Amino acid sequence: MANIMIQQGSSGGLVFYLPKRDLEASIESIEFDTAEKWGGELKLDNGGTYYIDPIAKPPRLPVSLRAKRLGAAED
Amino acid sequence: MTTLSREETEALIAEVLEVYPEKAQKDRAKHLASNDQTVEQSKKCITSNRKSLPGVMTIRGCAYAGSKGVVWGPIKDMIHISHGPVGCGQYSRAGRRNYYVGTTGIDTFGTMNFTSDFQEKDIVFGGDKKLAKLIEEVEQLFPLHKGISVQSECPIGLIGDDIESVSKKAAAAIDKPVVPVRCEGFRGVSQSLGHHIANDAIRDWVLDKRDGAAFESTPYDVAIIGDYNIGGDAWATRILLEEMGLRVVAQWSGDGTIAEMMNTPKVKLNLLHCYRSMNYISRHMEEKYGIPYLEYNFFGPTKIIESLRKIAAFFDDSVKEKTEAVIARYKPMMDEIIAKYKPRLEGKKVMLYVGGLRPRHVIGAYEDLGMEVIGTGYEFGHNDDYDRTIKEMGDATLLYDDVTGFELEEFVKRLKPDMVGSGIKEKYIFQKMGIPLRQMHSWDYSGPYHGYDGFAIFARDMDIALSNPTFKNLVPPWKKVAAEEVKKAA
Repeated sequence: MANIMIQQGSSGGLVFYLPKRDLEASIESIEFDTAEKWGGELKLDNGGTYYIDPIAKPPRLPVSLRAKRLGAAED
Repeated sequence: MTTLSREETEALIAEVLEVYPEKAQKDRAKHLASNDQTVEQSKKCITSNRKSLPGVMTIRGCAYAGSKGVVWGPIKDMIHISHGPVGCGQYSRAGRRNYYVGTTGIDTFGTMNFTSDFQEKDIVFGGDKKLAKLIEEVEQLFPLHKGISVQSECPIGLIGDDIESVSKKAAAAIDKPVVPVRCEGFRGVSQSLGHHIANDAIRDWVLDKRDGAAFESTPYDVAIIGDYNIGGDAWATRILLEEMGLRVVAQWSGDGTIAEMMNTPKVKLNLLHCYRSMNYISRHMEEKYGIPYLEYNFFGPTKIIESLRKIAAFFDDSVKEKTEAVIARYKPMMDEIIAKYKPRLEGKKVMLYVGGLRPRHVIGAYEDLGMEVIGTGYEFGHNDDYDRTIKEMGDATLLYDDVTGFELEEFVKRLKPDMVGSGIKEKYIFQKMGIPLRQMHSWDYSGPYHGYDGFAIFARDMDIALSNPTFKNLVPPWKKVAAEEVKKAA
């Protein structure tokens, strides 16, 4: 489990940030994206995948969450 | 000398790397690249923020340097204790020229060095008692200080001293903030982690201490984040922002105070200059307090105008009008400077190797003077820094991350720039090679370089360095004769 932050990107999409490794990547797809269920599997543009427990959609971004790493980004 | 094509740049990198053993060659090759503006993500062409290879000459610093030297050190009304052996604090004392206003030793302590001066017995029996006593003495001798930070040096982490508990007790006893910072030098690969640790310490121990307190705010409150007032940079920045009609509540951390930092959560916009060292706290404030942050660049008129307009876009029309007036007012001054220096500097080539924000931020200032940056690199940049650099640099120019002494020398020998911008450790090597060097860490004891006023000084300094006749006379006469004979024979 790692602490991550999800932000609104300047170009409209979501941006994933992992403070521990200073890793910033845009989120290509999010599994659930509705008002009451938001989260699930995150696919990043660097090839990595992370999982966050689905929650109600946060009213304001950025938001800090706990995420599980499913697949590492190629390094 | 003409600009290299991509193939030539790649060939140059391969040639320079040839002297290394195979393993080192493979590793270093990842850190060197020829710039390709079509690449969106820098990690596809350059690797950064990795441990330096043992045996190569790196010019990186340590986590303590990043925390005490960069982020905490300039906060002028706090006492920053270098907790550990005496050297770390003493040899870096006042080296960064973070200017401030105040009476040193009475209410400000910027250029002073406070250390617990560890001895063998402190390593063996622990230094907690010494630290507690030191804080007591500091309080007695300097009663006007507004807080203390305990900056750990390597031994503190190695012997496992509990500076947090000492700090908490001391804070209660003196009724002032005492901040333990776990910035032991061995942590991380460079000073970059020190910045992160320092930001986290500010977040945990300082930032929220005035939440809910009364504060008379205006809709134009901003904070300058990541400007360390080197040679007066933050002042040059502040003048411009105030002329725009904004109110600068806090300066982080050049000429800054702890009270300003505690008030920062009340601002409307954070203006972030050094992204590398203070993006962490800006991100935190964005999440917790909903304060957006904006990266700006105050080097050179082109970038200043761009940044001023970007900042003004966050505010109402009165600010936008004033901004246009500021731009118009300084335009004749800038035109005059460019008219004076551009003919003298046009076409000159520069190579940069610095840290933080400068490898990309100063490119615009050089271009305003008609100069060209043919190579740049960061000591401790991360991928996001290179993402931003790729757009600023010309195609097929050289990028080098955590470059070694040997590589930088070879690159300079082959590319033959007219000038190098780097630090004191590189200065005399290149000057002896006959290439002028300006220190871009400390502005070579000049400055400020930020803002319109700073650009005038920047242009003059670059001219001074490049027009210095000394560098043409570095070859002694007897060697000159030999060189001419060789030329004749050839």
